[in-house]
Amino acid sequence: MSRYLGRKLLIYLLTFFLAVTIDWLIPRLMPGDPINVMISRLGPRNPQEVQLLREYYLKIFALDVPMWQQYINFWKSVFRGDLGRSTLFFPRPVLDIIKASVPYDILLLLPAILLSWFAGNNFGALAARRRWLDNTVLPLGYILTATPYMWLALLLAWALGIVAGIFPIAGAYSFDLRPHLSWRFIQDLLLHWFLPFLSLFMVMFGGWAIGMRNMIIYELEADYSRYLEALGAPQGLIRRYAFRNALLPQITGLALQLGTIVAGAVATEVVFAYPGIGNLIVQAIQNQDYFLIQGCFLFIILGVLLANLLIDIAYVIVDPRTRLGMTGEAA
Amino acid sequence: MSRKLTFVILSALVVGSLLLTACQPQTVTVTVVQTVPVKETVPVVITPTPGPSPVVYPRNETLYTSGKQWGPPTSWNPLTGGDIAMGVVGLCHETLFIYDPLKNEFIPWLAESGKWVSDNVYEVKIRQGIQWQDGQPLTAKDVVFSFEVRKITGASFSYIWDWLEKVEAVDDYTVRFTFKDPRYQEWGYVLYSLAIVAQHVWEGVPEADVPTTPGVPPTCSGAYVYETHSEDRMVWKRNENWWGTKLLGLSVGPKYIVDIVNPSNNVALGLFLKGEMDLSNNFLPGIATLVEGGYGVKTWYDDPPYMLSANTAFLFMNTKKKPMDDPAFRKAMAYAINVDEIVTKVYGNIVQKANPTGLLPVWEQYVDQAVVDELGFSYNPDQAKRILDQAGYKDVDGDGFREAPDGSKIELKVIVPFGWTDWMESIKVIANGAQAVGINLQPDFPDFPSYWEMVPGGTFDMAINNFGSNLSSTPWTFYNWVFYHPIQDTMFSGNFGRYENEEVFGLVDQLDRVPVEDIEGMKAVMSQIQRIQLTEMPAIPLWYNGLWAQWNETYWTNWPSAAEGAPKYLPCTWNGYFNMTAILMLTELKPAQ
Repeated sequence: MSRYLGRKLLIYLLTFFLAVTIDWLIPRLMPGDPINVMISRLGPRNPQEVQLLREYYLKIFALDVPMWQQYINFWKSVFRGDLGRSTLFFPRPVLDIIKASVPYDILLLLPAILLSWFAGNNFGALAARRRWLDNTVLPLGYILTATPYMWLALLLAWALGIVAGIFPIAGAYSFDLRPHLSWRFIQDLLLHWFLPFLSLFMVMFGGWAIGMRNMIIYELEADYSRYLEALGAPQGLIRRYAFRNALLPQITGLALQLGTIVAGAVATEVVFAYPGIGNLIVQAIQNQDYFLIQGCFLFIILGVLLANLLIDIAYVIVDPRTRLGMTGEAA
Repeated sequence: MSRKLTFVILSALVVGSLLLTACQPQTVTVTVVQTVPVKETVPVVITPTPGPSPVVYPRNETLYTSGKQWGPPTSWNPLTGGDIAMGVVGLCHETLFIYDPLKNEFIPWLAESGKWVSDNVYEVKIRQGIQWQDGQPLTAKDVVFSFEVRKITGASFSYIWDWLEKVEAVDDYTVRFTFKDPRYQEWGYVLYSLAIVAQHVWEGVPEADVPTTPGVPPTCSGAYVYETHSEDRMVWKRNENWWGTKLLGLSVGPKYIVDIVNPSNNVALGLFLKGEMDLSNNFLPGIATLVEGGYGVKTWYDDPPYMLSANTAFLFMNTKKKPMDDPAFRKAMAYAINVDEIVTKVYGNIVQKANPTGLLPVWEQYVDQAVVDELGFSYNPDQAKRILDQAGYKDVDGDGFREAPDGSKIELKVIVPFGWTDWMESIKVIANGAQAVGINLQPDFPDFPSYWEMVPGGTFDMAINNFGSNLSSTPWTFYNWVFYHPIQDTMFSGNFGRYENEEVFGLVDQLDRVPVEDIEGMKAVMSQIQRIQLTEMPAIPLWYNGLWAQWNETYWTNWPSAAEGAPKYLPCTWNGYFNMTAILMLTELKPAQ
């Protein structure tokens, strides 16, 4: 067990190192220069001032040293927990910006992922048993899962926001409110949250339902199911075994989804102007904000790796075959 | 059936976590956002009814705006060279003067008066009775400090110290500026742009931190004080003790101003049409149809061009590359572009075709019509062909495109940033026009960072740009951008085509040193510049981008506009416009019943 985990951990560390290096490198390979973009955003400025500012900012962001030096500095500050300052949102520290946005992502994605997983799997399993459900839910599921997030989001915003006027179309809470603890505010927050949530939920739901339905049918055709059936075991028992087996890949999928929890809703957040990390990433890339891009992706890398690690551990518990495999290997 | 049970528990957990996440981050935000302003609102004990800060802004007392913020507000420090939140200068921090571009008039603001007492000494009298929001008086010492502090590297306006020698307080309300090199035109710009800050607040900040501190909450002297901000908004609250009420008899209408960070076009338009936004300073494609269509959308003019003009879009040609180094070729390009088609088809008439000199309509008096009549250009493909023929550009190999006089092929690209849809459509029109006269010009759309590497770096052929042609108190800012000099490796501040001509450079510098009141002197210099500009055609003025402003009158009325009897102030919340009379717009707004 410890050997298994030790090896996994080593691989994860190596992956982390490589991924973060790429994360550092890629923005720097883009044509253009963040300081120029930053200064161009300031609007009309005196030309002499522009020169002075440029030199000043190059120094502030330590972009005036050679690349290798920047790379070493980058790792040093990562270990100090310092992700630098954003050029786009200067002078705010990157960590600060991310911290302000992450709650919205979790608020949006955690319920969307968990609820769609739960509902989708149960629906899929049910569909595998009922022909009429299979005939209706399956096509619907295919349509939903093939729908681009932003298209569904736009459609919902138009139908329920503009035409029906039930839901607000932008922001995390009304512009006439200031965050405080009251029913009015919580209600407002939920009202703004609902459409982005719904659009995410629907697309994810379709994916889970189809996956589960196909898995169940596959498992019911498997040898062990046939054997159980031949032995005269009750249908309920067979289905329960099939469900357990079918659930394994879905758990992997769930964990991977949870790994992207900080940035899994880029398109949705843009459509609804929802102030999460997704929105940040788009802006950071458009403005070549090295530090913010690095910071956002660092969180994504950490999220995905952590989720994978958790799957590895969870599998040992959930799937006896992994356990057996390990002891067999150790023996 | 224990498995069923686990699912029930699991689902309960899910719902629970949902509720938890719904509440938790918000309690966090509450503490973050509220602790900040509370600290600063405590000293404002002068307020007659202090009361706790409200959490819901009444709709009929609140003005919703949008257009300035392209990202979350991040800095309230007017000394930073970086970007600052909407209204930091104008609503909160004030300037010595404000400038009215429509009347070409400097209006004394914090200053009571200001005048040149000799060729290189300028004296300002500060109004008596102005207070910072914490009750401290604003005096000559604050003004001196506000200039001295710009000596710090990285502070805005630090360049003025190249030509300013010293600033001293003669008495509590008189400040004297002595110049090494009096640049009258530039000084006029500084007078209404440089924010006066409170010495007692800023002197404690370590020098190295001055350009980088966010400075929140700011200590204001202006009509509004900081209320709160979050990722998608900036909120200002009326300063009930503003000096302007006492000394000028002015009071601003809206109790709160909520500035919304620019969302995407669809969201902006949606909010605007739902009446959730009062004033939008965004470029909204197709706004003309909404104005005409009775949606209650108002603009400065009821008819085309609907908007005032804010800056001039130019086509820059890289004069360091062939064949753009040839004035005849550049001139032919000017005749080949159908700007009217861009105005009508791309913009739906919300912009105006530029004068051949490129000078904004507010600078009309400086246009030398005789020079324009003699040398000006307009869309005329035949004339373009004639010029090209005469200069020896002929189609030698029969591919339909002209070759250079030396026989080499001409293959050129015109660029704008990807996603700037109006500009993208415009360069298609330009490329078509060029192709029609036999110039092989293709449109290209690099993303903004690479566009902004190619243009200042001089690696482009042709490009549209308007970054420095903005409305200001002096046409010198405009010419200093078109003919920015000296030519450097990277040209961030204009003259992207790297046009070199010492004569015109000298004239631009000379213009800077003409006194602001000497209109005739300015005209004389500018006439010479225009002659060179139209002969050499280093860059082609295309159209005037609008001062994008659309509003609805559901909650606020008496907006400024061209209509008779309406106030004549700029309806704009962009940086630099509050001190170009937009603050006076706020004093005119009246709540609709």
